[in-house]
Amino acid sequence: MHADITLTVDGRRHQLRVDTRTTLLDALREDLGVTAPKKGCDHGQCGSCTVLLNGRRVVTCLVLAVAGDGAEVVTAAGLAEGGDLHPMQEAFMDHDAFQCGYCTPGQICSAVGMLDEAAAGWPSAATPPRASAEGAVAELDDTEIRERMSGNLCRCGAYAGIVSAIGDAARRTHAAAASGIPRPAREGGRR
Amino acid sequence: MNPFDYRRAEDAAGAAAMVADNPAAAFLGGGTNLVDHMKLGVAAPEVLVDITHLPMDEVEALPEGGVRIGANVRNSDLAAHPLIRRRYPVLSQALLSGASGQLRNLATTAGNLLQRTRCVYFQDTSTPCNKREPGTGCSALEGYQRYHAILGASPDCVAVHPSDMAVALTALDAQVVVQDAATERRVPIARLHRLPGEAPEHDTVLNHGDLITAVELPDMPMAVHARYRKVRDRASFAFALVSVAAAMSLGADGSVSDVRIALGGVAHKPWRALRAEEALRDGPATEERFAAAARAELAEARPLPGNTFKVALARSAITATLRQVHAEARGGDGHGGPGGHGEEQR
Repeated sequence: MHADITLTVDGRRHQLRVDTRTTLLDALREDLGVTAPKKGCDHGQCGSCTVLLNGRRVVTCLVLAVAGDGAEVVTAAGLAEGGDLHPMQEAFMDHDAFQCGYCTPGQICSAVGMLDEAAAGWPSAATPPRASAEGAVAELDDTEIRERMSGNLCRCGAYAGIVSAIGDAARRTHAAAASGIPRPAREGGRR
Repeated sequence: MNPFDYRRAEDAAGAAAMVADNPAAAFLGGGTNLVDHMKLGVAAPEVLVDITHLPMDEVEALPEGGVRIGANVRNSDLAAHPLIRRRYPVLSQALLSGASGQLRNLATTAGNLLQRTRCVYFQDTSTPCNKREPGTGCSALEGYQRYHAILGASPDCVAVHPSDMAVALTALDAQVVVQDAATERRVPIARLHRLPGEAPEHDTVLNHGDLITAVELPDMPMAVHARYRKVRDRASFAFALVSVAAAMSLGADGSVSDVRIALGGVAHKPWRALRAEEALRDGPATEERFAAAARAELAEARPLPGNTFKVALARSAITATLRQVHAEARGGDGHGGPGGHGEEQR
């Protein structure tokens, strides 16, 4: 059984017919040729297929494409503005935050989504309940970053670089926001 | 994956009717468990009724003082909601201790309640499993038992319910609002999930086509001090070996005036620890009595050879959580009278 759907991926609008069984991940990779999100476990456990779906980080292997009709998707390939890499991408390069690179597009999308969540004041399991109750905005120390990024596995074990890259990108983004430099715009805001 | 028809419902009663009319139909929420089961062959619905577009996505304060949580509220939104963080922090903690950031952004409140066991044999269609295929036998009885039940199991099934959220909701005396094709009813959370008995294929008391539309939390001032403790094999993104949700209120003399305790990872359903509560209520809040309450709850434990450690682990986790919520109840406003702190923070 098939369905006609519309997806906006990295700013480009696509109309496509999908088998209802198609996951968003397979629609992106196989139907649209967008190969930034990777198929790792295909069961929601590794995070390598992470994209920003309507502004939020999700795994695409457990989303049916037909259920995502009309959605805006930003993959790691769509984060760069013009010729400039996204600050998170630059930080991953500066901190040697990958070896084979297979998990990297998912790590980067997850990290970008995670910084938005932290900026919105969302707590994590590492945030003390008292601070959370008072609405305190968590400082993204290494413990917070590790907890918030636990949905992204790296079989090369580049975690040390990943944690320091994300911490660095968080500080750069924070500094840019404080100095009034606009953050790179993305398609699709938080709903 | 088997082919299936995908439909969207117009309203809750219509969605319930669409599923009730077809034994091979299922509701689709966030899909994080169901889509995985369809890939694994554990589930093979012929029709998916997508309910995520129905307007059940609000968290709102109720006039009587409680909070109503729409069935479609995503786990991440619920965990971050100011009302939940302030008044029911144990629920926020439980949600945040489950799954990953990406999954919490998809998973819904109702879907979290109705997720199925992560028993490795249930998820492996090459092995016998009474829950997946009634009458085939239970592979866990002579297999991997680390994540299996120590309370309330049956010879047919030793699986546990995997939700953290449901454990917190059980301690909070939540009510589950259920819609069928004709009427709406409320099911206390403690009665939503069932013990396996001879019918482990039924996780809950819901009928096919029953749609959860909301979860309601009662006004509970002591919930301000409630906490969730989860013990697991990894620091993050792992299911509980044992978890505890607890709340306590203290009388003017410092004794336990009321208490709620629920356990996860130990049974086929979130386990309300009524024996421990009974042992603690209306007596001094001492370390000895916390330990005695934990022993009372675990007196009926029947562990499997592969999970005997969970009895002592559960006792320790209960005692440690009671110690923690006692400190919370005493702290804050300095005297911890019942409700006092809660009134302030509302």
